[in-house]
Amino acid sequence: MIPEIGHFALILALCVAAVQGTVPIFGAASGNASFMAVAKPAARGQFLLVLIAFCCLGYAFADKDFSVLYVAANANSKLPLHYRLAAIWGAHEGSLLLWTFILTLWMMAVTLFSKHLPDAMRARILGVMGLVSLGFLLFMLTVSNPFERLIPAAPDGRDLNPLLQDPGMVMHPPMLYMGYVGFSVAFAFAIAALLGGNLDAAWARWSRPWTTVAWCFLTVGIALGSGWAYYELGWGGWWFWDPVENASFMPWLAGTALIHSLAVTDKRGGFKVWTVLLAILAFSLSLLGTFLVRSGVLTSVHAFATDPKRGLFILVFLAVVIGGSLLLYAWRAPRVGLGGGFDPVSREAMLLVNNVLLVVAMASVLLGTLYPLFLDALGLGKISVGPPYFDTVFVPLMTPALFLMGIGPLAQWKKASLPDLALRLRWAFGVSVATAVLLPVVLGKWTPLLSLGLLLALWIVTTAVVNIRERLTRLEGAGLVNRLASIPRSYWGMILAHCGIAVFIVGVTMVKGFETEQDVRMNVGDHATIGGYTFQFDGAKDLVGPNYIAARGTFRVTKDGHDVTVMYPEKRRYMVQSQTMTEAAIDSGLLRDLYVSLGEPLEAGAWSVRLYHKPFIDWIWGGCLIMAVGGVLAITDRRYRLAWRREQEVPVAASQPVEASIV
Amino acid sequence: MTPRQKRFSLIGLGLVALGIAAALVLNAFQSNLVFFFTPTQVANGEVPKGQSFRIGGMVEAGTLQRENDGLTVHFVMSDTVKRVPVTYKGILPDLFKEGKGAVAQGKLSPEGTFVASEVLAKHDENYMPPEAAEAMAKAKAAGKQSSNTLVVTP
Repeated sequence: MIPEIGHFALILALCVAAVQGTVPIFGAASGNASFMAVAKPAARGQFLLVLIAFCCLGYAFADKDFSVLYVAANANSKLPLHYRLAAIWGAHEGSLLLWTFILTLWMMAVTLFSKHLPDAMRARILGVMGLVSLGFLLFMLTVSNPFERLIPAAPDGRDLNPLLQDPGMVMHPPMLYMGYVGFSVAFAFAIAALLGGNLDAAWARWSRPWTTVAWCFLTVGIALGSGWAYYELGWGGWWFWDPVENASFMPWLAGTALIHSLAVTDKRGGFKVWTVLLAILAFSLSLLGTFLVRSGVLTSVHAFATDPKRGLFILVFLAVVIGGSLLLYAWRAPRVGLGGGFDPVSREAMLLVNNVLLVVAMASVLLGTLYPLFLDALGLGKISVGPPYFDTVFVPLMTPALFLMGIGPLAQWKKASLPDLALRLRWAFGVSVATAVLLPVVLGKWTPLLSLGLLLALWIVTTAVVNIRERLTRLEGAGLVNRLASIPRSYWGMILAHCGIAVFIVGVTMVKGFETEQDVRMNVGDHATIGGYTFQFDGAKDLVGPNYIAARGTFRVTKDGHDVTVMYPEKRRYMVQSQTMTEAAIDSGLLRDLYVSLGEPLEAGAWSVRLYHKPFIDWIWGGCLIMAVGGVLAITDRRYRLAWRREQEVPVAASQPVEASIV
Repeated sequence: MTPRQKRFSLIGLGLVALGIAAALVLNAFQSNLVFFFTPTQVANGEVPKGQSFRIGGMVEAGTLQRENDGLTVHFVMSDTVKRVPVTYKGILPDLFKEGKGAVAQGKLSPEGTFVASEVLAKHDENYMPPEAAEAMAKAKAAGKQSSNTLVVTP
């Protein structure tokens, strides 16, 4: 009964979405206020309906209702409750429901925080989101219904994929989807602007916080996925350039470019057409990511569906959304106008170069991800693109971008002077170069890449210090504290996010430069030393978990004769799917991780064992977290709230005079 | 320079930069493509010499041998028509099993042994790597020998 309620709720949501996607847009085009007013209640109603459906599926999982096909396929009576609930998004159908649910959640948020928007704008935004939602609901109801019954009911379920039975996996998909789907708001803003034909600085200011929030979620989501791969796959790697990882990384690159381009549109009225294109691009790549991961084109733990109908549906949907919006773009973009001009040396120019580099990087990832698929689809053979490709491409592309990241925030808008910048940054440059050259030597190993990585990280931090110092001296007011407090939060957010990048770079550089790894056969009582740490193997014991049995090894770790820790890696066998899993033991620290995973049992209690010493690896995820915190800090800035209040009183077009000049 | 000349020189510079980037990307792309071959192709000598490639097929039952160091393993990969001996030093993935599909990446030694630097079998029990499945399908289509014990499930 409950699953049927969920099913009906989805059908009703589809009807509401159809209304929401057409009536308000038509109303905005014809100036009919009562038609436009439909948008808000429709969006809220749709949210409620999808929420009901979502809860119904959750209930079916909690209740172990194995007469629902999806539940039977992804849960088991022995699976603990929290994993049963996380199993909602453990496979294809449920994760689509999560996608749609998050989309309606964002719609709900738009209805709540859009009082300052003109009615026509809001109607168009919600209308566009309604259309996207329509597509996903249609997809679910036609070819991937999570409420499909299994008659007769299964006596017990097939269990959740053991790889997904992990706290990181509980949070990763919702975070990632919040990011993916969050870009739909920026997308809807862009389409609404194209439809309305007006795209001014106020528009950019409205869409900025939305884009930044989505970007923060996406950043955290990717970091969670990477962390999961690190400790759950048992291989000690944090990024494999796997197509499914690339699928989430491409929207991130486009989203990062979008955030910076929006800043120019907001502050200077420039880059308008480009910003709109990036907004379309970011959301298109999010859709493409969903398609790549969910259609079964890519084979991995993510790809559940191998039903060709599903692939076809997503492909058509993708073509309609991307093709339609690009068509609209080509038709309407010339009306939007170009905005103010700027000099080749100016903050705009540097942001432009940053944007171009990010988009080129995105395109190179796209090439490496899609090319093997194309070849395969055309029957021209199977190939794969190795991680070295991405490494070789990313270093030269990101180096100038990161270098400019240090200078850009210090450069003036419109026209900056190179000699002046060089003068202001001379000590930052000197300190960075000297430290980057000397530090690796002190640490005992010098390679060009090590120095380059450290140089870029130090450069970002030292230029940030220069930036803050200059800002403080320029500010009037008594006392350092007062002056610090008067710096806007968006500025702190930017500095913090940039420093997050620096932390991330330090992590990547140090891990690549100094990690040590050893595959070794260990008898009970054997020692192995790696990175100065000595691991003693005390044997493995059997262990019984809720839905698995395991062999659990004991490793005593010492350094210079002192006890450091005891580590317990496991080799688990999940009973239902009879799948073996390596559960690595990790001792995390600020400066290093120790990582032990069990390989295979050998004769007489011996095991093959994999040991890692990974310096600074936690800085990689720490850096991502700092970036996200920076983003959150930026959107709490007063200027967004103040601007909203002001614009309610002042007509929109007059709110931001834009200086225009010709290059 | 007039503003017009300035603008054109800027656009020109931008295009040159993009061109260089594209050249870099494509060059890196070209040199990092890893091709896939079936055991039959390997046995027929169709593979590039001294270059890394991937091979897929079934790990033949009863062929897995471990050396005394506990890490170096030898096994035979087959597509039911041809067999290729493989050596690998390291820990095999959880789902590596005799009689199951696997994909290995590495180089062919002069003696005709495939020296793997990486063995991939990281999916669930019933899963067949698409490359392995294709190798089997190709061998089957060639009609030299058919096997009904191999069930390819998605």
